[in-house]
Amino acid sequence: MLEVSGISKSFGGFRAVSNVSLTVATRQIAAVIGPNGAGKSTLFNLITGHLRPDSGTVRLDGRDITGAPPYRICRMGIGRSFQRTNIFPQLTVFENLQAAFLVHHRRGRNFWTRADTLYRDDTAALLASVGLTGYERTVAGTLSYGNQKQLELGLALASGPAVLLLDEPTAGMSATETHETIGLLERIAAERALTLLFTEHDMDVVFSIAQKIAVLHQGQIIAEGRPAEVRGDPEVRRVYLGQGLAHAQ
Amino acid sequence: MTAEATATVLPRAAAAATALRRRAVFSRIPWTLIIFLLMATVPWVGSRYDTFLAAQITIDALFAVSLNLLLGTTGLISFGHVAYFGVGAYVCGILMKTYGVAFYLAFPAAGLGAALFALIAGYFCVRLIKLYFAMLTLAFSQIVWAIAYKWNDVTGGDQGLPEIPYPHLDWMSAIPGCGDLSIGARFYLLTLLLVAVSLAIVHRVVRSPFGRVLTTIRDNPERAAFLGINVRLYQLAAFVVAGGLAGLAGALYGIFSRGVFADYVFWSKSAEIVIMTILGGTGYFWGPPVGAAALVWLNQVITDYTQYWSFVLGAILLALLFGFPGGIVGGLDLLWQRLKRLRNA
Amino acid sequence: MSPSFLFSQFMGGLTTAMFLFLIASGLSLVFGVMRVINFAHGSFYMLGAYLAWQAVQWLHPTGGGFWLAALCAALGVGILGVLTERVFFRALYGREELYQLLFTYALVLVLGDAAKFLWGTDQLSVSTPPALAGSVRIFGTTQPLYTMFIVAIGPAIAFTLWLLLSRTGAGRMVRAAQMDREMLDALGANVAAIYTAMFALSAFLAGLSGALVTPIQSIVPGMDVLIIVQAFIVVVIGGMGSLWGTFWGSVIYGQVLSFGILIFPGFSLFSVFALMAVILIVRPWGLFGRPL
Repeated sequence: MLEVSGISKSFGGFRAVSNVSLTVATRQIAAVIGPNGAGKSTLFNLITGHLRPDSGTVRLDGRDITGAPPYRICRMGIGRSFQRTNIFPQLTVFENLQAAFLVHHRRGRNFWTRADTLYRDDTAALLASVGLTGYERTVAGTLSYGNQKQLELGLALASGPAVLLLDEPTAGMSATETHETIGLLERIAAERALTLLFTEHDMDVVFSIAQKIAVLHQGQIIAEGRPAEVRGDPEVRRVYLGQGLAHAQ
Repeated sequence: MTAEATATVLPRAAAAATALRRRAVFSRIPWTLIIFLLMATVPWVGSRYDTFLAAQITIDALFAVSLNLLLGTTGLISFGHVAYFGVGAYVCGILMKTYGVAFYLAFPAAGLGAALFALIAGYFCVRLIKLYFAMLTLAFSQIVWAIAYKWNDVTGGDQGLPEIPYPHLDWMSAIPGCGDLSIGARFYLLTLLLVAVSLAIVHRVVRSPFGRVLTTIRDNPERAAFLGINVRLYQLAAFVVAGGLAGLAGALYGIFSRGVFADYVFWSKSAEIVIMTILGGTGYFWGPPVGAAALVWLNQVITDYTQYWSFVLGAILLALLFGFPGGIVGGLDLLWQRLKRLRNA
Repeated sequence: MSPSFLFSQFMGGLTTAMFLFLIASGLSLVFGVMRVINFAHGSFYMLGAYLAWQAVQWLHPTGGGFWLAALCAALGVGILGVLTERVFFRALYGREELYQLLFTYALVLVLGDAAKFLWGTDQLSVSTPPALAGSVRIFGTTQPLYTMFIVAIGPAIAFTLWLLLSRTGAGRMVRAAQMDREMLDALGANVAAIYTAMFALSAFLAGLSGALVTPIQSIVPGMDVLIIVQAFIVVVIGGMGSLWGTFWGSVIYGQVLSFGILIFPGFSLFSVFALMAVILIVRPWGLFGRPL
């Protein structure tokens, strides 16, 4: 489904991502883990076109999408959430998702119909799906942090992606919120037959839902495989040295 | 639910329902139509000077609304919007005066000319963000000024293009009650009609899917791009539409003020229109027209007392920046919300 | 065209250039650090001119001369710059760019009318200081000493600013601020002081150039908004925020204006704008600026 091969990116001599290859199969839930500064966000930005790789390719369903602008990549079926919440703060929750549907259905060139009459049912259904029913008229910028994350997930889903990239979906959440979010993610991934690639610092989360884990360290992949394999890998143990992994066992 | 709780909930629900009904009645009154009709009575109930002021307000309202399409809707800071106003004024003026083209052709031509120029300038401007965008729009407007000021053969240079003819408005005599109106008053009525139609169209466009896309770009361009929006293309589209509308306003203004001069395109005029827009409130469709009315009226009142209008305008601007960033309509909206909360409490 | 004619065109262009550099350097400096176009920079320049005229009137009976007046004017405007930054501008940091831009424009409006109120609308002028009243003959052309002085002071100021920015600790901080604002924020408490100092220095330079222009140009209302356009073009050509970019931008502006007259008579102003348009299209960050 998603195939990254030999991708590299340097910033002024610093190799942020170095010769990384990664394959995520259709409907697989995969995680990229690694210490801070390992290059996880850079890798995501390379996949979604926010950065142009120095070398290497990104393929979606066998199609080369390397270096295409973000809006094209989104239209090709990759959805994404950002590490810092990324919504439309001055629009209401309803308008946020409705806008996403308008764009997905290529209605942006329509300058005559009233926007708020379109895709009302789709929007309501998606709101319910991400657990935001009742917040329709709330201005998005005033939502709680957890709700903003839910809304952002909704924005990513509205464009009907086949692959969803989530950058630290539970960052800054309490234990309860984290638990709820993971439940939501699993349910949605199953309902929509999504391929999921996420980064996460919470090892409990990673080992509870990931079917495949890649470990990124100093811009390189040092281990890749099923959770059990990665957990047993001596190199990974050395890098993490009893941090999250010990905790997860 | 206990009986006690039900007792308190029910009257409140009833009150809410009444408030909603009242609100529905209030919002069903066609306010914009009433204001339009009231404005249309000015030549009969007011003096010649009132008609002059009303025309000024009407044209400025269209100009400010066109700017707000960038400022408030798309989140683009244009500091050279007067360039497109100027292009429209010159295109219409030159066509009518030099070539004797009828207004009814010259007017749309002015809008198209300004939109075309906005397409060229905008193509380069939207490649930049924020302040750099503002600088580039300012630079392009100065280029227009330099051309207007120096290209004597076409623009009249520093002498400008005086005495642009009025359009043919004899047909208005056929309308009952319009027979006695002066040509200036007739042109005001035509202006009012053209501006009202333009504003109705903009109002519709802002609420369309296209307009919604523009607001997502204003709120968060990065996220907008990852909904699948080609951000620069939409910014350019907004820039062209806003430029074309400014051109229409410019065409009307040239005839209204009986001439087109290079001063119209000087950079400080762009700043004045920005002030007008934020004085009304960039967050509201009717903000800029309210700002236009307020500024024209204030100018009129204050210049009766003092020649230091710029000083007063600067002071108003300072008060806006530090005290009322929402503008007049924003302030009224806030007041309305507070009153509602007081009544509900 | 005789060599002496070309030389006199060249000197004319250079005089314009060095004057503009004095003004534009402050505009560019503030932009580099604070990322704001200070429209009021032209007003500071105008106030420098009026204050210099005023100081000459007061000092004349005491035998004090033009130079002291120019210094007083520049210092006075510098102090005004400090007040502006401390009292008003500080409240707008972190607000939208539009508000910062409009604030500087509000100053243009207020200061423009304040000057009219204080000094009226008549043209005022200051006589050339006696020491530089004469002229010299070079290449068969007559060059007034005062313009020679202006041509010399431009590079002197450029060099001083360069020393200040590259050889002092404060200057290095300023350059760090130009490169990366977040880096400067990380330095903490000094940011406020740097902003104030930059605003003050920029206003001082504007005041000084306003004072120095008085012997060759009369002081009139409206000189503020006219000069800011020229300074703006200079920094757009050279690159916003770049000291040497502003210097060479001024030189190019002056020469294009001066020789543009020969190529397009009556269109010299247009040739400058055409140059700006080409640069904006090809290199929007200016000749010496860094890509955005």
